[in-house]
This record gives sequence, structure tokens and C-alpha cells, in this order.
Amino acid sequence: MTTLYTEDHEWLQIDGDIVTVGITDFAQSQLGDVVFVELPKIGRTLKKAEAAAVVESVKAASDVYAPISGEVVEINDGLAAEPALVNSDAESKAWFFKLKLADKSELDGLMDAEAYKAHSA
Amino acid sequence: MLATDKNSTLKQTPLHALHVARGGKMVPFAGYDMPVQYATGVLKEHLHTRTAAGLFDVSHMGQIVLRAKSGKVEDAALALEKLVPMDILSLAPGRQRYAQFTNETGGILDDLMVANFGDHLFLVVNAACKSEDEAHLRKHLADTCIIEPLPDRALIALQGPKAADVLARFCPEAPDMKFMDAGPHQVNGIACFVSRSGYTGEDGYEISIPNDQAEALTAALLDHPDVLPIGLGARDSLRLEAGMCLYGHDIDTTTTPVEGNLIWSIQKSRRTGGARAGGFFGSEAILAQLDGGASRQRVGLKPEGRAPVREGVLLFADATSSDPIGKVTSGGFGPSISAPIAMGYLPTSHAKEGTTVFAELRGQRMPMTVAPMPFVPNNYKR
Repeated sequence: MTTLYTEDHEWLQIDGDIVTVGITDFAQSQLGDVVFVELPKIGRTLKKAEAAAVVESVKAASDVYAPISGEVVEINDGLAAEPALVNSDAESKAWFFKLKLADKSELDGLMDAEAYKAHSA
Repeated sequence: MLATDKNSTLKQTPLHALHVARGGKMVPFAGYDMPVQYATGVLKEHLHTRTAAGLFDVSHMGQIVLRAKSGKVEDAALALEKLVPMDILSLAPGRQRYAQFTNETGGILDDLMVANFGDHLFLVVNAACKSEDEAHLRKHLADTCIIEPLPDRALIALQGPKAADVLARFCPEAPDMKFMDAGPHQVNGIACFVSRSGYTGEDGYEISIPNDQAEALTAALLDHPDVLPIGLGARDSLRLEAGMCLYGHDIDTTTTPVEGNLIWSIQKSRRTGGARAGGFFGSEAILAQLDGGASRQRVGLKPEGRAPVREGVLLFADATSSDPIGKVTSGGFGPSISAPIAMGYLPTSHAKEGTTVFAELRGQRMPMTVAPMPFVPNNYKR
């Protein structure tokens, strides 16, 4: 499994044609205490860079963008009950949604861990 | 990286170095570089203030002495009554009152605190309005009053149920003060102005300190294990839970004190039939609304579900109508009640508690109920 990152601080874990998407630990640290997460509906088809989810901290709302195009095949219901998971475990338990990868070439240009580390430093 | 740029254009309070040293995340606010939160985070800072004591830097706000040329505080009070719909004359020495500067049409230029310090009045005004407020005072009161801004004083707020115990160590008479008592007091041997007030809905104090002693006194208060430094983020969520207006958001030049649901702050003497009825800017419009009701008013709103509904979101009478009837002016998440809360303006016909209206949030209509304020009960020591 490969993990890639976007400039907008989403992470993507690629497992065959299923891509799990979340926000990075850096992003959650910038947002502060997360109190609400709005997720896309299963079956929705997202275009790359489209606003797919909303993460709300005490202070502000931020969009989470689809890092690639694809159909939403699963969402993390646990986040509705416990939005603070985004703060405590951003890059594992607090995944947002899973997409069925439509166009593999869209992965080109995303960052690997090292490049992302430099980007968010 | 950004800090250098910011520091060149933003002003700093005397506590700036303390904020940075304590890990404050600094953001631009009303022309100042201010802490929005510390490492603790907004949620914990908010809850700490509700259960123990939070310390806020409000030095960016304006402190102004208003002194009558006659030397009589009554003359300063009468002069100020031209600019505010409040009864200042009956404000006893050592007492403070909430007021608003109004304009010719009854809109609010700023909201402020006014204290009677015996031989003069002491005003605290909002940071973003302070230069306009000072000009407004000079324009209208300079013939009878001396207007003296106090840029050499810092202002901190110590808020929360443990504030009295904490401050008692530095100012033994602090616990004997009642809500809205105000006057000069020695705090740790420093000549301060202390009021038992604040803007969180909690018991607490605002302390005006000479700039050169502000950091030492603040650090001493922060050394107490019950006290945490609190940033602007929690300041905003605390005042929202307390149902208090934020100038420039919930009230401004387009809203009157009556529409802003601030009728409680206009005493009978200034209303129709009162001893000094009217005589302030916008009195015609404001008295007409007091007598006949305003067409819209500020209300508390509770969104159904968990999604916060924030400032600027439009409100509709039902799930399908195309014309908005109002707007959210402040909204977010209330950490003490663990639920989203908001306030905004609605036509009086829709302002009754329990009325359901709809907020348009990301293309969807979300039901909200008109709710009583404050959302969290006040905890004042009256």
C-alpha cells in the first residue's frame, strides 16, 4: 500500500483501486479541536479537487477536497459520533471516505511522505 | 516566516512577549498581533474558564477617561448621555454599566463599559472602534469635557468560578466586590483599576494595569495552578454561549439597541416619559422602536443536529422559500453544552422562542429553533 499527500493536506492510501482519504496530522494541528465532520454520501461521484467533506473546528469550517476523481464507496461513520478522532488519530482511525479510483494518472503529481514533510514544514 | 511581516504592520500589546513565550498562536485581530489559542487548544481553554479561571489579554481595547471641565462627574455623565441611550447620571460612584454609542439613525457605533470613578468616568471601548470613539467623544463633548485616552495601560480579564479566590491573594478586597463594582485597587502593590465584570458570562474581573507592570502581574496570576492563559478563540465561544453581542458582527451601525435585544441596557429615565427621555443620537428611532416594537430582533438559535451554523448563513421561513428572512451574525460550537449554537436577526414575527426557521448550509436547509439566551447560565456575583 502506498500513501500519498496533496498540497491541501489530504492523505490518500492506495490499495488496488480503492483509495482511502483523510486529512494529515499537520492539518488537524492547524485546525484545532474538531467538533463536526460532514462526509459525502456513498455512491456520490466526485471530481478531482471537488469539495467532498467539511471539517469544522470550534473556530472555523474547512473543506476537504477529493484528491482524485472517483465514486464514494465507503464513509467513516465513526467520525460523526467522535469528531475528535481527527485530532487524536488523523492519519489512521480518522479516515474520511474511500473512493474507487477512476483514473490512475490522477495520482501523478501527488507527494510522497518526504515531499509532503517538506511542503508542510 | 510570517511573523516578521506581521510584526511590521501589527501593533502589539504589552503582553505580546508573554503570549509568544507561553506558546500562543498569534493572529492579526483588530490591528494587533493577538493569541487565538495556546497549546491547550480552544476547547480546553473554554472549559477551563467555565470550571476554574482563564486569563485574557484585552489590552487592545481602548481605555478612556472622561472628565468634566467643571470637575463634577455629574456633568461628565450628562454630557455622555448625549451619545448613549443609557442612564449615566444615576450610575453610583464605584459602579459600572454597559452602554452603546448610537448614530443619528439609531444604529450602534460601538458598545462600551462606563464606570463612575468618583470624580470622572472611565470608559472601555472596542479595539477596532477606539480611534473613531475618541474622535466622536472629542467632536461632541470637547467643549465641556476632557477626553483622555490611556494608551499606557494594559487590560486583562480574569474569568471563571475560581477568579475571586485567585485574585484575593493579590487584592484582598476583590472578593467583596459585587458584579459591576469598579474602581481603583492595589493589585500586588500595583495601582490598578479593577471591575468585577467580563464578557464570558462567568464571575470575574477586568484589571487595568500600567503597561510597565502588566507582564509581571499577569505572569504572577498565571503562576496560580487554577489559571490558564486563554486566546481569542475561546473568548469568542464563551461570549457566544453567554448570548453577548460581538461588535461588528451581532451589532453595528445598521442595528439599533432595540433590534439588538439590548433593551435591558436602556434605563427607564431615558425612555419615553422618563426624567431625561431621549436627547441622544438616534433617540427618535430608538424610542419609536421601544414604544412600538422593532420589525426585527436578535435571537438565539439552536441548529438541529451537530453541524455548526456560522456567521453570514442566510435564514429562511421554511424549507423551500426563495427569499431569506434573516441572517446568522455569530455561530459556532458551544463547548460547554457540546452543541452548535448561533445568534442572528429575524423578523419579530419569527422571533418567538420555539419558532423553527431554516438555515441554508452548503445548499441544504437545516432546521434551527429560536432559543432563549444565554445558552449557558450566567454566574455573576450580584
